[in-house]
Amino acid sequence: MSGEVISSERIPINLRTEALEQLLVERGLVDPQVMDTFIRTYEKDVGPLNGAKVVAKAWTDPEYRERLLDDGTSAVAELGFKGPQGEHIVVVENTDAVHNVVVCTLCSCYPWPLLGLPPAWYKDPAYRSRVVREPRTVLTEMGLELSQDTEITVWDSSSEVRFFVLPQRPSGSENLSEAELAALVTRDAMVGVAQVRT
Amino acid sequence: MKAIQLASGVADMGGDSGWGHAPAIEPDEAVFSEEWEGRAFALALLSMRISGSNLDAFRHAMNRLDREHYIDDGYYGRWLYGAENLLLDSAIIAPGAVEARAANLAGGHVDEPSIPESEKPDYAPTAAGSIRQIDTPRKFTVGQRVRAKTMTAPGHTRLQKYTQGHVGTVTIAEPAQVLPDTHAHFIAENAQWVYTVSFDSRELYDEGAENFTLNTDLYEDYLEAAS
Repeated sequence: MSGEVISSERIPINLRTEALEQLLVERGLVDPQVMDTFIRTYEKDVGPLNGAKVVAKAWTDPEYRERLLDDGTSAVAELGFKGPQGEHIVVVENTDAVHNVVVCTLCSCYPWPLLGLPPAWYKDPAYRSRVVREPRTVLTEMGLELSQDTEITVWDSSSEVRFFVLPQRPSGSENLSEAELAALVTRDAMVGVAQVRT
Repeated sequence: MKAIQLASGVADMGGDSGWGHAPAIEPDEAVFSEEWEGRAFALALLSMRISGSNLDAFRHAMNRLDREHYIDDGYYGRWLYGAENLLLDSAIIAPGAVEARAANLAGGHVDEPSIPESEKPDYAPTAAGSIRQIDTPRKFTVGQRVRAKTMTAPGHTRLQKYTQGHVGTVTIAEPAQVLPDTHAHFIAENAQWVYTVSFDSRELYDEGAENFTLNTDLYEDYLEAAS
């Protein structure tokens, strides 16, 4: 290895990451503690529990639901959710008639303040490429069988607008509290590849 | 490295086939499945600042990766390579510096290139984020039929291949935003109106396509009126 630069193909990505971090840290361009803060924020603080609170409130408070569908950005900010990748939020509601599903074909844009960082499936080329061509097939492969009577609307996030799905409230959940409802709501339902179950 | 490169490369994959079965959902996956992913994520966010760059330039820095660098190390792999592109563009790091340091970390003894004189873009955004207030009247209205243009110019764009040349209907008038195509290359913000446009799947593909509605946000420069 000595004497020449190893070719990029042969550098394991973890080593490459360490090398870049070291180069920037030793020149004072990057503070490792700031890096730790970014990482911890998205590991611990900002995740799908935020979105689940929005959904549960919309299910139990009709006026909030109206505000959420009318101006998503302001309505989620009422609950304190804003920040990077949440400049302008549009909320779309799933019903028996229409099922909404969100993708970003060009990268993996995702409403971070509500859902955190995107899961592996959302970033997978098969999802990105195919859900805008054969969404019903893709959803079936991912375990969601929709009624043939339900129309599908796919939202491809190409600007800084971020789309968020308000899932259908499951039957049998009538007596649950807002907190109990929030516990049922999954990340996948708020992107539109799953439904919420009791 | 600084030459404007064509289109969006492998990133512009909407509508493509050949990527296989839909992914399985892992309900309890870690935010970062390996430690380096979190480090790469944070380094990329900071590299945008250090390089005097912006989010659109970062997206373009990923879009111009070859297929191997875009795909093989996954999402945070392309973030890392994209960040390196930004740092190389602004001469924050020298070509070969990362490779040399990695070799030395692995026990090698290679000379590392000296630190270059930085060349950050002479460009600053007029405000934080991408949304802007503009006075220009909207060219299109909700309900209007519009056609997504066919883009032939080199450089960054958010106009996907699969929508180009197709006719849809404006369904939401979205806020004005900086135009990624010029912002990514530090030319101008070119803030303009954005529209959610609805396409019928059979207009995008063919009569045999699955029946669904495709909504996507298109910047005013991407659109022309359709009769």
